[in-house]
Amino acid sequence: MSGKEWPLYEVFIRSKSGLSHRHAGSVHAADDQMALDAARDTYTRRSEGVSIWVVRSSQIVASDPAETAAFFEPAEDKIYRHPTFYDMPDGVDNL
Amino acid sequence: MNKEGALLAYVTRLGDNALVLGQRMVEQVAAYPELEEELANANFALDYIGQARMFYSYAGELEGQGRGEDDFAFLRDENEFRNLLLLEQPNGHFGEAITRLVLFELFYLAQLEALIRCSDERLAAIAARAEKEIRYHLRHNTQWLVRLGDGTDDSHRRVQASVNELWRYTGEMFEADDIDTIVEKAWGGPSLERLEERWRSDINAILINATLVRPEDGGMATGGKAGRHSEHLGYMIAEMQYLQRVHPGASW
Amino acid sequence: MYTQGLDQKDKQPAAIDREETAEQLAAFQARIDAEEKIEAKDWMPEAYRRTLVRQISQHAHSEIIGMQPEGNWLTRAPTLKRKAILLAKIQDEAGHGLYLYSAAETLGVSRDQMVAGLLSGEAKYSSIFNYPALTWADIGAIGWLVDGAAIMNQIPLCRCSYGPYSRAMIRVCKEESFHQRQGFDILVTLCNGTPQQKAMAQDALDRWWWPSLMMFGPSDKESKHSAQSMAWKIKRFTNDELRQKFIDVTVPQAEFLGLRVPDDDLEFDAETGHYRHGEIDWREFLDVLAGNGPCNRQRMEKRRKAHDDGAWVREAAQAYAEKHAAKHAA
Repeated sequence: MSGKEWPLYEVFIRSKSGLSHRHAGSVHAADDQMALDAARDTYTRRSEGVSIWVVRSSQIVASDPAETAAFFEPAEDKIYRHPTFYDMPDGVDNL
Repeated sequence: MNKEGALLAYVTRLGDNALVLGQRMVEQVAAYPELEEELANANFALDYIGQARMFYSYAGELEGQGRGEDDFAFLRDENEFRNLLLLEQPNGHFGEAITRLVLFELFYLAQLEALIRCSDERLAAIAARAEKEIRYHLRHNTQWLVRLGDGTDDSHRRVQASVNELWRYTGEMFEADDIDTIVEKAWGGPSLERLEERWRSDINAILINATLVRPEDGGMATGGKAGRHSEHLGYMIAEMQYLQRVHPGASW
Repeated sequence: MYTQGLDQKDKQPAAIDREETAEQLAAFQARIDAEEKIEAKDWMPEAYRRTLVRQISQHAHSEIIGMQPEGNWLTRAPTLKRKAILLAKIQDEAGHGLYLYSAAETLGVSRDQMVAGLLSGEAKYSSIFNYPALTWADIGAIGWLVDGAAIMNQIPLCRCSYGPYSRAMIRVCKEESFHQRQGFDILVTLCNGTPQQKAMAQDALDRWWWPSLMMFGPSDKESKHSAQSMAWKIKRFTNDELRQKFIDVTVPQAEFLGLRVPDDDLEFDAETGHYRHGEIDWREFLDVLAGNGPCNRQRMEKRRKAHDDGAWVREAAQAYAEKHAAKHAA
């Protein structure tokens, strides 16, 4: 009796061509093929997908929420990256 | 029997196979080894029920006596059902259920591929829809047979026993009767001889992959296609038809 | 309802292995008050995490056990169309269980741990599923009343503060309305059918009405511990609020069907715009919750058997994966 459970996989679905894959949830599966099948049955029963990615949850590397300030805030100062920073003169279109 | 009669009988038989197998799968709901597999089983059962409905509806039209899908399913007696004996066998454990599915679906997929090219447009269209579904089933179920055969010693032993037990029901799939022969000659349906050759070669490969031994051919069970069933079918029919029989003529 | 256990006092001791300062708790509450979503790795009070684990897993267990009363009628469904629709509904329930287990796992509990809790009898599931599905009309009543009550509870949960749970609930709610309509449709057909069919429908309503009201949990005056859950936006309406809303919406539906709600004290109050109703028998509710309902043992036995019977399968899949991972690695 191994008593080990099947590993957890995170599931990402691309719902329509042209969109990105979005995280939909997770499934347990013993291997990659089983994970794909399980993801299909769980998250695309109502034709909600054209493409499925499954990744072992243990393989995901995530930013640390506790470090949110150091990781993300410096970008908030750099407002010149936002298009609204620039005033466009009147009469110029398509900018 | 004329060619129209043969087509009607053939389509009805396809409906019976789908219904009986669908009913067996439905019995397993809430009893599966893992939640993800519950979803897969439900999908497969829905496919079979859907196929039964398509085949029976068409049969009703061919017959032209006003019978619909539910008349075929709920108001015929046991000896009018012409499904394969393999499909009415009880589910047993997960390994037995998977083995039965692989043995049947390997044949059924080939049968459907052939029917897509037959000369009856409607049958060809239904076969085309069903073929996509069964292709997915077969891959999923074959992979399970391989996991169980090449898993633990215990799983290997259990599923080898299942293969040994169910092997005697595989011959009936390839027994050509008058209906099969007329559908082949007059409607461009499959040659069961050719299907059998292909099936034997494919099942060998699957069993080898699953580290399982192919049983010797012994006597093959027969009779389902002619309406002579095992004792199991009677119980299934009684349960399935109960409400319609107790409330004749009622709408549901 | 699926979350009846919410009103139980948190039995865990207050001691936890890290300090929670007043500043941290206040900052957390401020996020909640601002309708921010809490995500998996965000800081959260231990009691918040534990309450969610209990609530979400209880909800998941309810979906799984809920497959059984309806599953019992799959083989006897009276038409192929009804059989297919019922099967699709039950499949959705398995799927909902999956979404919810998946959401709970983001809080640091594993599927195996949750399943073990269910099988040992320690974890709760909604009491409604401990009642038997005796006739085909019960399948209609379950869809109409039980799913109706579930929807009433689940829509507010789509705005719950914990991100993974609220997203799971959004998925669930999208799928749930078909479930209720399916049940109501069965009853419409029966009520327009033969006298026996109509009597079958009335009998089902007689048996499922009060247990459905009990799904919303104890009355507010008995629910001393839901204040914290309301503050943390895990619970968004009180039990009595939801129960009253359900009654107000459902009684006219029963009238449409031509069925009598089995409550002699039911009366519409034109001043308040609500229905006054009779007293709920809370002894029955507590009895069923404690494990003495008509089907508690049967539901648990079936679940345990499925789990035990499947052990060799799960192990085989594991063994196969390990053998072949080793092959690739070599």
